[in-house]
Amino acid sequence: MATVPMMHALLLAGILFALGLVGLLTRRNILFILMSLEVMLNAAGLAFVAAGARWGQADGQVVFIFILTMAAAEVAVGLALVLRMYHRTKTLDADRASEMKG
Amino acid sequence: MMLVWLIVILLAAGVVAWLGGRRSAAWARWVSLLAVLADLIWAVAFWLRHPAQAEILPQGHWLAQFNVAWVPQLGIRFHLAMDGLSLLMVVLTLFIGVMAVLCSWREIQTGVGFYHFNLMWILAGILGVFLAVDLFLFYFAWELMLVPMYFLIAIWGHERRVYAAIKFFIFTQLSGLLMLLAILALYFIHHRATGVYTFEYSALLGTPLSQRTALLLMLGFFVAFAVKLPMFPFHPWLPDAHTEAPTAGSLILAGLLLKTGAYGMIRFVIPLFPQAAHQFAPVAMTLAVVGILYGAVLAYGQRDFKRMVAYTSVSHLGFVLLGIFAWNTLALEGAVVGMIAHALSTGALFMLVGQLYERTHTRDLTRLGGLWSTAPVLSGVGMFFMLGSVGLPGLGDFVGEFLVLLGTYRLHPILTALATVGVLASTFYGVQMVQRAFHGPNVHQWKIADLKGRELLIMAPMIALLLWLGLYPLPVLKTFAPAWKGLERTTRSLTAAARR
Amino acid sequence: MNLLWLIPAFPIAGFLFLALAGTRLSRRAVSIVGAGSVGLSALVSLWIAGQFFVSPPAGYAYTQTIWNWLDVGSLHLPIAFYLDPLSLIMTLVVTCVGFLIHVYSAGYMSEDEDISRFFAYMNLFVASMVTLLLASNLVLLLLGWEGVGLCSYLLIGFWYRDPANGYAGRKAFIVTRVGDTSMLIGLFLLYRHLGTLDIQTLMARAAHQWPVGSPLAVAAGLLLLGGAVGKSAQLPLQTWLPDAMAGPTPTSALIHAATMVTAGVYLIARMHVIYQLAPSAQFTVGVVGAATLTLAGFSALTQPDIKRALAYSTVSQIGYMFLALGVGAWSAAIFHFMTHAFFKALLFLGAGMIIESLHHEQNMFKMGGLRKELPVVFWTFLIAGCALAGVPLVTAGFYSKGLIVWQAEASSAGRWGFWLVAVFGVFLTSAYTFRIIFLTFFGEAKSHVHKRPGLAMTVPCIVLAVLSLVGGFVKTPEFLGNIHLFTDFLHHALPPVAVAHARAMSELASEGWVTLALIVGFAVAYFCYIERPEFTASLTRSALGNALHRFWKSDWGMDWLYDRLLVWPVMWFARVDAGDAVDSIYTGIARLCEWFYQGVRRTETGQIRWYAAAIAFGTLIFVAVVLFL
Repeated sequence: MATVPMMHALLLAGILFALGLVGLLTRRNILFILMSLEVMLNAAGLAFVAAGARWGQADGQVVFIFILTMAAAEVAVGLALVLRMYHRTKTLDADRASEMKG
Repeated sequence: MMLVWLIVILLAAGVVAWLGGRRSAAWARWVSLLAVLADLIWAVAFWLRHPAQAEILPQGHWLAQFNVAWVPQLGIRFHLAMDGLSLLMVVLTLFIGVMAVLCSWREIQTGVGFYHFNLMWILAGILGVFLAVDLFLFYFAWELMLVPMYFLIAIWGHERRVYAAIKFFIFTQLSGLLMLLAILALYFIHHRATGVYTFEYSALLGTPLSQRTALLLMLGFFVAFAVKLPMFPFHPWLPDAHTEAPTAGSLILAGLLLKTGAYGMIRFVIPLFPQAAHQFAPVAMTLAVVGILYGAVLAYGQRDFKRMVAYTSVSHLGFVLLGIFAWNTLALEGAVVGMIAHALSTGALFMLVGQLYERTHTRDLTRLGGLWSTAPVLSGVGMFFMLGSVGLPGLGDFVGEFLVLLGTYRLHPILTALATVGVLASTFYGVQMVQRAFHGPNVHQWKIADLKGRELLIMAPMIALLLWLGLYPLPVLKTFAPAWKGLERTTRSLTAAARR
Repeated sequence: MNLLWLIPAFPIAGFLFLALAGTRLSRRAVSIVGAGSVGLSALVSLWIAGQFFVSPPAGYAYTQTIWNWLDVGSLHLPIAFYLDPLSLIMTLVVTCVGFLIHVYSAGYMSEDEDISRFFAYMNLFVASMVTLLLASNLVLLLLGWEGVGLCSYLLIGFWYRDPANGYAGRKAFIVTRVGDTSMLIGLFLLYRHLGTLDIQTLMARAAHQWPVGSPLAVAAGLLLLGGAVGKSAQLPLQTWLPDAMAGPTPTSALIHAATMVTAGVYLIARMHVIYQLAPSAQFTVGVVGAATLTLAGFSALTQPDIKRALAYSTVSQIGYMFLALGVGAWSAAIFHFMTHAFFKALLFLGAGMIIESLHHEQNMFKMGGLRKELPVVFWTFLIAGCALAGVPLVTAGFYSKGLIVWQAEASSAGRWGFWLVAVFGVFLTSAYTFRIIFLTFFGEAKSHVHKRPGLAMTVPCIVLAVLSLVGGFVKTPEFLGNIHLFTDFLHHALPPVAVAHARAMSELASEGWVTLALIVGFAVAYFCYIERPEFTASLTRSALGNALHRFWKSDWGMDWLYDRLLVWPVMWFARVDAGDAVDSIYTGIARLCEWFYQGVRRTETGQIRWYAAAIAFGTLIFVAVVLFL
């Protein structure tokens, strides 16, 4: 069984993470920010899986499942918050919701 | 057991006053008054029964004590004990406490219940400070008196009360934390040396310390007490706190809280670290003298009556500090008499300003003047306490200052001479105060009611006690003497042991 | 014999009674209580004096302990009174003259609304003064000392509605307390090195432990002298006394002429052993006295205000007493104190009557011709003036001052310079005394007399006038009967003067010169104020004359100097630093925190993407640090 070299998987994870980060930083729509966040989480998860496969340990998969669960929970809470925010500000622009400005 | 009751009565009275105070203000007042009065009578009766032969020693001969385990795992005990020094301070606390309740009788009209709760808890905290000989308990009491005092200033104070309250809190809290650090360090060092965890005062006396550590720990305690005293240059919280506090707050601050600083110096700083304190004494004494002169000159420059009296405290407590660090019989006896006399004369001046403020709604000395013609009794009383404050022989402050200077002279003639100039400088603000408030023409056409009834009832014992202290201070001197002998013997043997 | 405590007790009781209940009493009752208490005190002291003369106690002194005041370690200070010839004579003079002045006050103050306060203060004064004199230890003495200072302050500012009076009172209190500071330090020094503050023990130990010329004795002597010059208004602290004339005139007579201001003389006489051990300190006392008596004499010559002129005269006469102390003529100083108390009190009382009868006019140049209008005042004032100038043979002042002048040279510590100054002082005294008399009583009347003094005021004056005449016959020179009752009695407490017989000039010669100086002074005054007043006026108008006149009138510019050197800097500092510079350190720290917070809060933009970027950037740096360092 041909194995994907770990370096490739990690590179992919890194690229995905960077893409997510760029999306996070450049998009103003909060929904896209959330989606970028998902991408970053999955990039991290991919890195775990790759590392788990490399050393033949189950821990990588365990953590990935953990991340999945957390991501699901996060999306649930996050979307609820987005809804509330939309009710308050009538916009999905994250920059406009700067009530916490010091 | 009596010692616990003294404190518990006050704590309970505070709660009862708070709960009952929601319905009736008079209830809160009477409950507080009766509780403090009962305590006072109890303490005075105890004093009369025990002309104080007991000495404070590591072996533990106290006039009275109460000692139970509190947190045995950590070696914390609920240990209260009383010697001549604590006895004097307890009686003073309760006496000033009665005065504080009485002088709030009409001044405080809002939140009466909670006010008296705070008042009682401050007094309880102060009693705890004067009685605790377990260092943890001491720190606990030290902080206990802080919080209600904060509320007292911040809720019932004058215009800039919040600023003053926060300033007071930050100063005392920060310095208190230094003391906590020093206490913990001492606790662990003692454990390392003996294998016993204890906060017990008599056990911690004579903990072997390197010179450097001793100096550092001594400074930890010293700063906490010096801020409370207050010593120059740690005094700036005091004028603000005194000025903005309600009358009873100023009275308690001047009469009692400052004394806890002096008491701490006598009880802890020097006995725990005799050698370090000895090394440090010239610095402390110099700062004391600077404080004496600086406080007096600044008092002279103030326009706000209360602020002026506040700065006189800086000056007077300078004498106390000077006496404490001279650490000989004359100076220490003088310091103790000075503490009591200052509580009376300055406390009375604060009450007088309060009474004046109730009538004129101003504390600005330049707006007063010529009050003698409309309120001769009030003015005469003011003059009397001014004379106490400037150290007129025959009144209490003179005895204190004279003994302190006499005791200090053998150590530092030059410093003593400068401090004596401080007595002269007190004349500046004293006569100026009388001139601005009572003498001179009545430009602003004040027509105010003279002192009567309750106010005279407050002032009369203050006058009588100040005279008594000035003309017959022997009971006070004799009560403190054995306690002093014990302290002196402790420090002497510790110093000797350290030399060996 | 144990009635001694009653002497201060009566006035104290009077004070307490008047202070507590005075406002409810009628004026008459107030006067009776006020004068009566001092009268009782005077009676008691006369009784005690009688006892003392008839059956002197062992060693001519005894102590009465009232109660134990301070007892700390090795310090034992009882409230105890010590009676010996010195304190007895001083107490007698204080209570008796005090009583006369109280009687006078009953008339003088009868229309003042605050009469009860006045008598309360006056009684407190007498009590403090007697305590000062009878004190057996220096701390009790200090209690009296400060007590009289307080009463002086209160009485100078008695009419408190006028800020000028308050200013004069404060000045007096503060300046004398400058001296007291020095005295306090002296007390500390004495206790430190001699281990006691009981005066007699102190004297014994000093004589025993300190050699003559010991630096400690010199220091102690000079420090105590500091207290004495403050209280007795000698150079360089004399500036308060002329201003103190703002008080009611009986106060000026009692406190600022007859009694309190001589407390310094008493202190030095009391502590004479210290000065005998410290010749240089004693010499300083003499120099202070000599300098003061001339400078104040010049100032007295130029005052237009009758009370100020008398005040400078007081300063000058106390200068004589200091001079006497400085040459070791202890009894001569006390002798002059006694006669001075009689005639100077009388002069002030007379001045008070003049001022009151002229509607509170104090300027002598607006008086004149009062000889006919106020005959009793004139004659008593004339007698007192003659006694002050020292008119030979008939007045008390002649004997006491003559003794001082002679001993300024003849004593073993005496010097020619002292004698010359003293004789010159006689000339000045005579000149200014007769100037006052000529200006007020002679010439033409310039003001209208609207009120004549009553019996309560004239009778004390007549008694004092008699005393001013006969008071000197208790000690006369060798060539005039050679009576020495007074000095013999005092020598039980104070050592007799050591006369250097070899080189001394004779007493007769000295008295001759004194008389000559007196006559010259009289002639000058007569010429300047009766014969050719226009010449005097032109003299003060000339440039030099005017400058000197102003210089002397302003007390040699010392007030001016002190204001600039001492008063203003303190006031300036107090004003500038009223906000407390130390506080700005702490507010500075608070400001710094605030400032830092202002900086940091900018990073809190509230924009989530900034936070994300910051997290990413921070992680990057963190990883970079871990990887590359």
